[in-house]
Amino acid sequence: MSPTMSRPAAGLDELGTATPLGPLAIAGVAFWAPTLPGWPRARAAMRGEAPPQDPPARRPAPELLPPAERRRAPDSVALALEAAGAAVAASGLAPQSLPSVFVSAHGDLAISDHLCSMLAGTPTLISPTKFHNSVLNAAAGYWTMGVGCNEASTALTAFEHSFANGLLVAATQCLADERPVLLVGFDVPVVGALRSVTRSDGLMAVAVVLTPDMSGQAVAVFDAELQPRTQRAAPAIASPAAQALAGNALADALPFFEALARGDTPALAMPLSARQSLALRFLR
Amino acid sequence: MPSRIPPLRISAYTATTAVGPGLAALREAIAHNRSGLRPNDFSHHPLPTWIGRVAGLEDNPLPSHWQAWDCRNNRLAWLGLQADGFIDHALAARERHGAHRVALVLGTSTSSIGATEEAYTRLDADGLFPAGSRLPRLHTPHSLAMFVQEALGLAGPCITVSTACSSSAKVFADAERLLRLGLADAAIVGGVDTLCGSVLFGFNSLELVSPEPCRPFDAHRRGISLGEAAGYALLERGSGPLQLLGYGESSDAHHMSTPHPEGLGAERALDDALARAGVGCDRIGYVNLHGTASAKNDEVEAALVARRFGPAVHAGSTKGMTGHTLGAAGIVEAAVSLLALDTGCLAGTPNTQVLDAMCGPQIRLAPAQGHVDVVLSNSFGFGGNNCALVFGRGEPAR
Repeated sequence: MSPTMSRPAAGLDELGTATPLGPLAIAGVAFWAPTLPGWPRARAAMRGEAPPQDPPARRPAPELLPPAERRRAPDSVALALEAAGAAVAASGLAPQSLPSVFVSAHGDLAISDHLCSMLAGTPTLISPTKFHNSVLNAAAGYWTMGVGCNEASTALTAFEHSFANGLLVAATQCLADERPVLLVGFDVPVVGALRSVTRSDGLMAVAVVLTPDMSGQAVAVFDAELQPRTQRAAPAIASPAAQALAGNALADALPFFEALARGDTPALAMPLSARQSLALRFLR
Repeated sequence: MPSRIPPLRISAYTATTAVGPGLAALREAIAHNRSGLRPNDFSHHPLPTWIGRVAGLEDNPLPSHWQAWDCRNNRLAWLGLQADGFIDHALAARERHGAHRVALVLGTSTSSIGATEEAYTRLDADGLFPAGSRLPRLHTPHSLAMFVQEALGLAGPCITVSTACSSSAKVFADAERLLRLGLADAAIVGGVDTLCGSVLFGFNSLELVSPEPCRPFDAHRRGISLGEAAGYALLERGSGPLQLLGYGESSDAHHMSTPHPEGLGAERALDDALARAGVGCDRIGYVNLHGTASAKNDEVEAALVARRFGPAVHAGSTKGMTGHTLGAAGIVEAAVSLLALDTGCLAGTPNTQVLDAMCGPQIRLAPAQGHVDVVLSNSFGFGGNNCALVFGRGEPAR
């Protein structure tokens, strides 16, 4: 093995036992929901220091896109771009330098409903734009186009544990390649017949920039390890402002953002599946 | 430029496509340049095109205790696990390492959406799914990975990658990072996508569907033929006869559904894959091209191959054999590439008659038998999402 190789099995000690993944710093954070439009408002509301916004904010306009695309952008794309842009701006890093991980439990439910309805009736009249916007990586594609980023980007899903799995994948990429990574999560309201099987209320998008560099200003620093899941119950959502968003399919992100808002949470076990959790330890 | 990575052993692999279940069928089709495409007999509304359809899925529901997972995509996932005894290799890895130490990373573009489409044709008076179809874990894109995790009794990381046509190539990259950081001791990677209305009529709306069997890199190519497939590979740390040497992931940052005209993202994925593998283009003996037979993809990819590879490289596209299997294309073409290393059977470009003048001498119509040590597989998807994989021969396992 050449000495220039990437570090092998950084999470293993000499005996091959797992050691924590990290440390990782959060260099930038973003949150968007109609009642919590932006991290300052979300942070204050989750700390009980300010009420949610009333009346709620309207859907953000995806300023990154050219005007024609801006109007046609699905809600999922508009939300994801808003959160991505805000987290990257807060990090002070150049957006085109960051690999990105986009997560969503269900993708754009309005487009899925539209396409399934069209297919049941007039399949040859499907709109090509709707079709290419239906891929789960549509938001990732528009983000990389909007900021001119040629770095790796991915789109993941893991049902009700999508944010936690996105955090695992982004943390893994950040540490394996020893570079900052952008993580973005979003889910949109369920519409139409999909209400039979899917639960998702309201618009919500979140983002963090993770970095292995401990030298800068950080919102938080944490490490993580995989543990067998012992608690059946999901972590509690503490604040009324976040509880009001618990119907969104990305709600598994809420305890994590509450921990960032409060700044005094020592540890958080985020379920990854029925059988495993990502156990976070906040170091500062 | 990324650093070189330690190689990973590929302990087992398999693919099930329109040419049949498992590697023997795939190898036979490669050796004879045989196409598995047939006229579209899948969609309920007529669509004059050719498809790569896996036989028998309609008649083989999942075992009754998995009825809540039953749909075309999960049936194909299950059929694919049986091929080449892959399920036995997967279960042996679970015994060897423990269920929590085996990661599962699967790629899919549309997962079980076919079941959702079907439910929309049978809505009740309230506009809801019929009672028997109200299955939240079936009608979601993670359905495939949740089903396979349950079927294999795994308890490690379980992730769905859904980046359109690069999905099941990128699973190798995610698995490599999990293994290198010690988050798992083995990873099962793969991908499954099945024919459904969304992709047939979606690609039709983009005017990308060919009315005849697709002919990648042909001067008279008329678009893509869609297909369906399942494939898997088992990755473990250490060396072996077959190894993952490198991967490269990139974004075109150009357009949602057409590639960058100069292949900027594709070339960057290639360069990153070579850097992680620690090899140059001169070491590559076989290239499995993305080669969809769309006008633009093939133009851009042919130019990339012509400018980066020497004339002795054997390059081809197997889309004319299997159809474009979308989220499963990465794993199917990884299997074709591993067969090239394993057996020396180098795939040609089935169906193609007259190569486009832009193609260099690398792109071959006929299959060949030869010895190659390092191979490349390209996968490019919507959203300008690119992935290149480099596999190589290694030392026999100790």
